[in-house]
Amino acid sequence: MSKPIDPPAGHGRRGVLKAALGAAAGSGTLGGFPTIWAQNIRDVVLQHAGPPVTAIGLIADQATKDLGFTVRMQASENADLLNRFLSQSSAIDVADVSITFMKYLVGRNVLQGIPRSKMQHWDVTIPLFTKGRYPDGRVASTEGVAPYGVLYLTDAEAKAFAPGETEWLTGVPSVTNADTLGIRPDLTGRPITSWADLLDPAFKGRAALQDQPAVGTIDVAMAVEARGGVKYGNKGNMTRAEIDRTMAIMMDIKRSGQFRSFWTTFDQSVNLMASGEVVIQSMWSPAVSAVRTRGIPCIFQPLKEGYRGWGYTLGMMKHLTGLKRDCAIEYANWYGSGFQGAVIARQGYYSTQPENVRKFLTSAEWDYWYDGKPAAEVLPDPFGKPSIRPGEVRDGGSFEQRMGNIAVWNSVMDEDRYLTRKWNEFITS
Amino acid sequence: MSSTAEATARIAPRSRGRRWRPSPRATSWLQVSPLAIILVTFFALPTVIFLVVSFYDYDRVGIYPDFLLDNYKELLTTPATLRVYLSSLKFAFIVWGITLFLGFNIAYFLVFHVRSRAVRTMLFLACAIPFWTSGIIRTIAWIPFLGRNGVFNQMLQGVKLIDQPLEFLLFSPFAVCVTYIHLFTLLMIGPIANSLAKIDPALLEAARDAGASRWRTMVDVVIPLSKTGIALGSILVFTQVMGDFFVVKAMSGGQSASIVSQLATEIQAMQYPPAAASAMILVLFVAVMVGGMMRVVDVRKELVR
Repeated sequence: MSKPIDPPAGHGRRGVLKAALGAAAGSGTLGGFPTIWAQNIRDVVLQHAGPPVTAIGLIADQATKDLGFTVRMQASENADLLNRFLSQSSAIDVADVSITFMKYLVGRNVLQGIPRSKMQHWDVTIPLFTKGRYPDGRVASTEGVAPYGVLYLTDAEAKAFAPGETEWLTGVPSVTNADTLGIRPDLTGRPITSWADLLDPAFKGRAALQDQPAVGTIDVAMAVEARGGVKYGNKGNMTRAEIDRTMAIMMDIKRSGQFRSFWTTFDQSVNLMASGEVVIQSMWSPAVSAVRTRGIPCIFQPLKEGYRGWGYTLGMMKHLTGLKRDCAIEYANWYGSGFQGAVIARQGYYSTQPENVRKFLTSAEWDYWYDGKPAAEVLPDPFGKPSIRPGEVRDGGSFEQRMGNIAVWNSVMDEDRYLTRKWNEFITS
Repeated sequence: MSSTAEATARIAPRSRGRRWRPSPRATSWLQVSPLAIILVTFFALPTVIFLVVSFYDYDRVGIYPDFLLDNYKELLTTPATLRVYLSSLKFAFIVWGITLFLGFNIAYFLVFHVRSRAVRTMLFLACAIPFWTSGIIRTIAWIPFLGRNGVFNQMLQGVKLIDQPLEFLLFSPFAVCVTYIHLFTLLMIGPIANSLAKIDPALLEAARDAGASRWRTMVDVVIPLSKTGIALGSILVFTQVMGDFFVVKAMSGGQSASIVSQLATEIQAMQYPPAAASAMILVLFVAVMVGGMMRVVDVRKELVR
């Protein structure tokens, strides 16, 4: 698979890597002659694992072209991916690690600490991840698993999270987004402004939830709190009493026939919405786009209580050493340099280094995806198919408006064992 | 003389080798070994592993060797378990009753009413061909048909039978039953048709000559002689419904859960020991049910006959 090196394209980056390696060799950690490096790099293959929405083949192809070593993508989902990290991490080199997975992985000898000093794009990485703050200084929500809380390690051994900023990272911030409810504006019959609308009896038999204990429960908790009367300490990390209380409410609502369905896959959520079976439900941003490309009106509705945020970082597996580790660090820097961010921007996800992405998007694309302005022309999806018509405006507006209003983060609760049991009771009730 | 002795010496070992036969015991062992190896490696061993893991302790990040009854205690005390077993049993009995009725009648028609061999083969194929596509596709195909704005509702509204779409058609127990029946009726037709075909037509003639009504012939001759097929078909349908995950999930819209979907939620949450405990209870439950059916009809005896 190693491709012939294309001197003009790859030269600059290989130069950087060679210099870095040369320095390493000088410091005595590596041996050999500089002339051998080019040959060695060419034989390096990095296996990159991630979910299908981020482990995209064309990103690996471009990285291979730019970096002079080979990157291969492997896509798998949810528990399968987590299982691969936990049981076969030696078959993976780098990975898109969901922020929520960090709680499973750190201290398990799966990931290695990444030296912050080697990260070239650290200063353009959004402070929401690096400091837990918005650019204007406001402290961001820490409900659920906030990226800042799981980003830093106490030391290179990668055994425990550090409470504040350190020199060692669990992963390099890469992808983020803000999720909300998807609605069918033509069928709801009135404007939707609050999470409480998910539970409005007016939508009896036409609401749906994701069949996932943490996400489903958090979405209902958002709605219950918005409806008033119930307060949570931390919706993303409930106590047993809070879980019991929420489940009791959820079962009542389910018995009243509010929910039409509980979906497990992307396609199910798209079909529920497109067919009109459901008019308001938990949804993912690309699923909203998929409904719209069928010519059916669908909105990823911004709600006044805020969004449910999530994120990914690029993690490096424990077994990486020497040349391969240097290549992985080089790849992590490439990953944040803009091309990857531009690819995922076209499906509605944000890069955590937005300024770098700007260089790889047309100004019309930047205006639509990041600035919340109407599309000036037809915009493509990640694979070049037309997806946005001129004049369309992104739901929720600009990057700052959407990512600036995170109410809660996707989560793995401390009581997740209890939550799973209760969720099963809810689904079967 | 010496040359004869030499010749005998040369031949003897070979002819003794040719005469060597494994003992009958060894032959039986050799005959069962391929199936035994497959069953041990792919069924017995994994089941033992499940059994062992079902007693383990676990937390978010791992499973720890232990001997705890907590997984079983939690499983058997949560109301969810009773509910999924009752709901799966309910589906199993409804589907069993309907597929038995349909399956028996279709098989009877194919075996006794269709005279031409060619027509019978064609009709059998007509039953079987839909099964060349995957069960998942045949399940999903019902969704656009039964949906709120689906083909069936639009048809009923088109002929003015109803003015509001019927909601209960999709994402309901009704939808689950329809899909099960569609998927599993063939599992009844096959074994029943097989045992009906073995019935000597002379028996039916004899019954008629002895003055038995059609009903008496059916009850006293045909049904007892097709018991094996009915039992085999029932076991197939019953185990399919009890072990189902996809149909309940897709057709009830996640509104009702099956035993396996409950287990799947646990696996997605990386909670293997309780999932293993559920699997053990399910295997035990289905084994007892199938054992019960086997007691009513000794399938082995009937198959040999």
